[in-house]
Formats: sequence, structure tokens, C-alpha cells
Amino acid sequence: MSTGKKKPRGKTRSSKLRTDYLSRFAGRSYFMQGDESVAYGSLYAGCDFFAGYPITPATEVAEVMSAELPHVDGYYIQMEDEIASLSAVIGAVWAGSKAMTATSGPGYSLMQENIGYAVMTETPCVIVNVQRSGPSTGQATMPAQGDVMQARWGTHGDHEMIALAPNSVQECFDLAIEAFNLAEEYRTPVIVLMDGEVGHMRERITMPPLKDVKIRERKLVTGDEMIFGGDEIPPMAEFGLGRFIHVTGSTHKETGIRDVQSQDVHERLVTRLCRKIADNRDRIARYEEMNLEDADYVLISYGATSRPAAGALLRARAEGKKIGMLRLITIWPFPEGKVRELTARAKKVFVPEMNLGQLSREIERFSKCDVVSIPKIGGITHTIDEIYNGMKGI
Amino acid sequence: MADQKDKADKRRHRLFKYLRKEVLPTAFCPGCGCGIVLNCYAHAVDELQMDPNDLISVTGIGCSSWIPSPYFMGDTLHTTHGRPIPFATGAKVTRPDKTLVVIAGDGDLIGIGGNHLIHAARRNIDIKVFMVNNLIYGMTGGQLAPTTPAGVPTSTSPYGNVEHPFEIAELVAAAGASYVARWTTFHVFPLMESMQKALTRKGFAFIEIRSQCPISYGRRIGKRTGTEALQEYKETAVRAQEAAEMTPEELAGKIVVGRLAERDKSEFTANLRQLNDEIRKKDAGRRPEDWSIS
Ligand SMILES: Cc1ncc(C[n+]2csc(CCOP(=O)(O)OP(=O)(O)O)c2C)c(N)n1
Repeated sequence: MSTGKKKPRGKTRSSKLRTDYLSRFAGRSYFMQGDESVAYGSLYAGCDFFAGYPITPATEVAEVMSAELPHVDGYYIQMEDEIASLSAVIGAVWAGSKAMTATSGPGYSLMQENIGYAVMTETPCVIVNVQRSGPSTGQATMPAQGDVMQARWGTHGDHEMIALAPNSVQECFDLAIEAFNLAEEYRTPVIVLMDGEVGHMRERITMPPLKDVKIRERKLVTGDEMIFGGDEIPPMAEFGLGRFIHVTGSTHKETGIRDVQSQDVHERLVTRLCRKIADNRDRIARYEEMNLEDADYVLISYGATSRPAAGALLRARAEGKKIGMLRLITIWPFPEGKVRELTARAKKVFVPEMNLGQLSREIERFSKCDVVSIPKIGGITHTIDEIYNGMKGI
Repeated sequence: MADQKDKADKRRHRLFKYLRKEVLPTAFCPGCGCGIVLNCYAHAVDELQMDPNDLISVTGIGCSSWIPSPYFMGDTLHTTHGRPIPFATGAKVTRPDKTLVVIAGDGDLIGIGGNHLIHAARRNIDIKVFMVNNLIYGMTGGQLAPTTPAGVPTSTSPYGNVEHPFEIAELVAAAGASYVARWTTFHVFPLMESMQKALTRKGFAFIEIRSQCPISYGRRIGKRTGTEALQEYKETAVRAQEAAEMTPEELAGKIVVGRLAERDKSEFTANLRQLNDEIRKKDAGRRPEDWSIS
């Protein structure tokens, strides 16, 4: 046997090509869609592989990636379905790529099994879900926020999930970078939970100078560390390092070798996978607070809905009402502590969402006061009036 | 002590180094064909003097998928049921310098994963697929597969199979693979040679390996041992060249073995790389710097 080259691909990848190309955009402003912006953010984050399947309202992410990835020495491939797309993403990651896919409801449903595979194998990757109105084919071109619970519990078995919800085109860019960084930090799939409204609206964004962007590189093994246990978040290996790694979605020991019958092995593995995220809930939590200092009433919102919600908040404030808003950016893991703290002082919480009250029930679990859902479905975002009128009794 | 260990190592079979020692003995049932396939694979790799570090084995879910996962000593990706080919596709695009080998069952590759198989053949991506066809869902205890012959009773077709089975190798050849062959676990030497061909020839290569599952399949058709199956393969195998001259009636109940397709066709990852180089050279494509607003 010869020894072969054992250089990790992550280290040999041409980062100069990437930085040279992206520096053309750095520091400039553009008028673009959320879908396009999330793609550029991903390129900034170092994504060099995209596998996908077209679906409204997420197709523009694939379109930008197919046009731009070649310029940064990366690869776009179009697969035969969304199951194959996420499969290819995970395969590419173990071969050394930073990889992502983008889809919407029907495709996201197809991805659920492999999302669990990515959780179980601790594969860092990013899945963009630009939510559209379901169930099933639903209103194919219309936005919704109906996948909030699917993002949390879509795949089977015990697990934790990281999901981020941008509410502006700029934030799509910023959170794409954040999503890749969190995926590497926690060695887990991260969902960018957009909605069709944010995905398709056009706004001004500024792409920052590359040096101002913090990018978390993959933590690779340096010696013979175990890659599926030992540390709470073990270092990764990749194919071709001469480690002869064994990667499996079956229950496995710290070495990666399958052990599907020992209760303690499964408990140790799955508990660690959950704890590495749940225990870092506060470090992962990102939110925005508005007028909460003296608030008796609290609006909790996220994604596109947070924009008319902010309008309703301003109107109520102008009328002297003591109301504030918590805009969730991290939806999962759920910022339990923050919601507990706010609701301890509040009289009522209002939760406008483009679904029939999915996150509002989660909020109820951690609230000490009444939680009032302000739902709207049908593919049209709430108006300011609808949210304002829904805040009864303030 | 060291002396004794040296001696023990010397007595070991020369292919022992290709196995993950800590997981032996294998979990395969007595008479199972998976051990023969593993043996042929290790032989093929050894005779080609391939560095195992240049091989990535990708498998699905099923007994056949256990051949490399965990038994073969090399980088191994044990994926979800039916999906090893798309997982391997991603890995191959990122690491075109590696040899990607998919080993899985018929249920995995043509049942739940059939769509991926024909698309990979169409793309002609440089992946080597060794499909172990035991005509049944073995791991789950013998349910009807898309390869089960008409009439055969299985645990989910207790009154006999009313479906028509797939001719998979022919299907993959029609879908555009650059190399397609069919052998059986009886034909170990031609199978080894065919594996070597697949491993060295650029493009999508597919070998259908008819294999026995005495416990979940043979038992149901009155062939309770591996030897009976091997005997059947020996007696019913017809070389592809001879089969070309035979009528469908004459071919009934026969297994056509040998090379079924070999063609030169450009390979997917090479095409991708070439295209990317050209795009970069030309600095082509739309780019938002053109629509910058500041
Ligand atoms: C999505 C999904 N469906 C069903 C199963 C159950 N399952 C496990 S192995 C298998 C069949 C395997 O048959 P085959 O691929 O022919 O391999 P063999 O065991 O016969 O070698 C099935 C149906 C599964 N693991 N995942």
C-alpha cells in the first residue's frame, strides 16, 4: 500500500479565488431579493457546494448559486429531487466542502429523513427553507410561516434544531453567514427559516468588506481524537485523511462504529447531540428588543410578520400604550429564558404569525401571562391594522 | 510477545488488512453471498494495488450495504435507505480524485432509490456501483422486492408475487452508464475482473451481482443453502454473447452474465470542472456588481 496524499481538502481549497472574486462586491450596496441575498451571504461564508431542486419561492437561491459558484471554485449541481439534494450536500461535506441546499415546503418535507441523518452524523450544513403556504402543494407561490414546528420536529427521534428567521433582505445575507458559522461551531445542520415574503421582496443590502466578516472554519482532527464523542462537540474528520472513518446514521459508538442494541450507547449519543445545542441555548439565541423596558404588553414575532407587527407597535405606542416587541431571530432552540423573563412582567403577549398559531403554543409553555395568537393564513401577510386590531384589551 | 504477534500476522490471509478487525466476525448468515462479494472486492482492490485511502465506500441500508460498512477498511459512509448514490455524487464532485464505490442491495438501489440510479447513469458520474441482487428485502426478513420473480411467495406476497420484476442491468445500460455487467456469486473470477474494470474505467460503472439469501429468500423457494443457489447460478448462467442469439423463450429462467454495455461518454465531474474553468477564464455570467446602487 502506498501512503497517498492526506491533505484535508478544506486546507487546499483555493480561498484566494473566493476572496478575489467576492471583494468585487464588498462594501457596495445592491437592490436585490432575499433569496439572492441569502445566496451571496452563503458565498461569503465559504459555501463551495450547492445541490438543489427547483421550487417556488426558493428557486432564486439556486439560480444565483449556479451562476456564482464556478467563480469561487465551487460547484452547483441540480439533483433529481430534494432527497438527493440533501444527500449530495452531506456527502460533499464529508468530502471537505461547506455545503447547502435551498427549498420550500414540499421539498423540505422530502428532506426530513436526511436532516435527521445530518443530526445523527453531526454533519455541518445549511438548509434554506423559504416557506410557502401548505399543506401539500397549497398556494405554491404564496408565503407562509407554516413550517415552524416542522423545522423543530420534522425528522423522527429526539433531537434539537437550530433555525434562524430573517425579516429583511440584509438579514438574509447576515444570517446565511451566521448559519454556516453555527453549523460549524455545533457540528449540526442549521435551518434558515425564511418565508416567501422575505425571499421575494427586494430591498437595499450592503455587502460588507470581507475582513469584517467572521467566518468559522471547520475544526478538524489534529491527531487520533474520536470524531463521534469524547468532547461534547467533537472535532470532525473528512474522507481521505487516512483515518478510515466510518460515518453512519445508525446509533454508533464514539469511534463511529455501529452499536444499535446497547441502551447506554444510544442514550449517551442522543443525549449529547441534544445537549450540545440545548445547553448552549443562550449563546445561540439572537433576538431584537423594541420598547420592552416598561412594557405591560408584549408582541412576539418573527420573519415577515415582524414588519407589520412593528407598525402596530408604533401606532399603539403613539397612543401611549405600554407595549413592546420581542423579535425572534433564533426560533430554535427556543429562547425560553428570555420569554419567561419578559412574560413575568407582562399582562399579555400577542403572537402574530402566518400560520394558525404554531409558535404561540410554544410561547405559552414558557409564559406566565395570557398568550393571544393573531393568526393569518392564505398567503398574504398581516396588515398593520390586522395586528393592531388583534391586540385586544390593551 | 511481539514475536508471537508477528507470526500470527504472517499466518493471516494477505487480504486481512482490508478488513476492520474490531468488527469481525461478520454478521452475515450462513450461506449468504455478501462474504463472497466482500472477498471479490478486496481482491480487486488488492490486485489493482489501489491505496485504500483513495477509496470511499458509500452504502445504503440493508445486509448488502454492510459489505463495506463496517467490514471494509477504508473511509465509509453508511447513508439512508436508497440514497447512497446521491451521497456519493456530492462526495465525488468535491473529491474527484477519489474512487467512489457504492455497494448496496437491490431493494436499496432499484426499489426505494431507483430514481437516483438512473439519473446517475444518465449523468455518467464516475461512481462504481456494485449492486447485490438477492431478489428480496433481506435485512427486514424477506419482503417482496422489485426484483422478486413473478409467482414467488414472500412475507408480504404470501400468495405469490403478481408483479413483473426489473431487469436492472439492462435498465442502467439504457439510462446511459458507461460500463454495465452482470455476474453472480458463482462467477468469482470474472466478477473480480469486472470489478477491476469498473474501478479503473472512468464514468458510471454498474455491476449487478446476483447473490443468494438462503434465509430470507432461498428458504421460500426450496433452496435452503448457499450451495444450492451457486449450483443454480452455474447451471442457468448464459454469457451475454450467447444470449444475443437466443429467443426470449430460450432465455426464460436463465441469468444473462457478462458485459452488457461499454461506451465512451464524457464524465460528469470532468465536464463540471471544465465548464467552471472556462467560466472563470471568460469571467462570464451575470454579477450584481453590474447592478450595484452605490
Ligand atoms: C426509508 C426506509 N424505509 C424502509 C426501511 C426498512 N428497510 C431496511 S433494509 C430494507 C430492505 C433492504 O433490502 P436490500 O436493499 O435489497 O438489501 P438486502 O438486505 O436484501 O441486502 C428495508 C425495506 C428503512 N431502513 N428506511
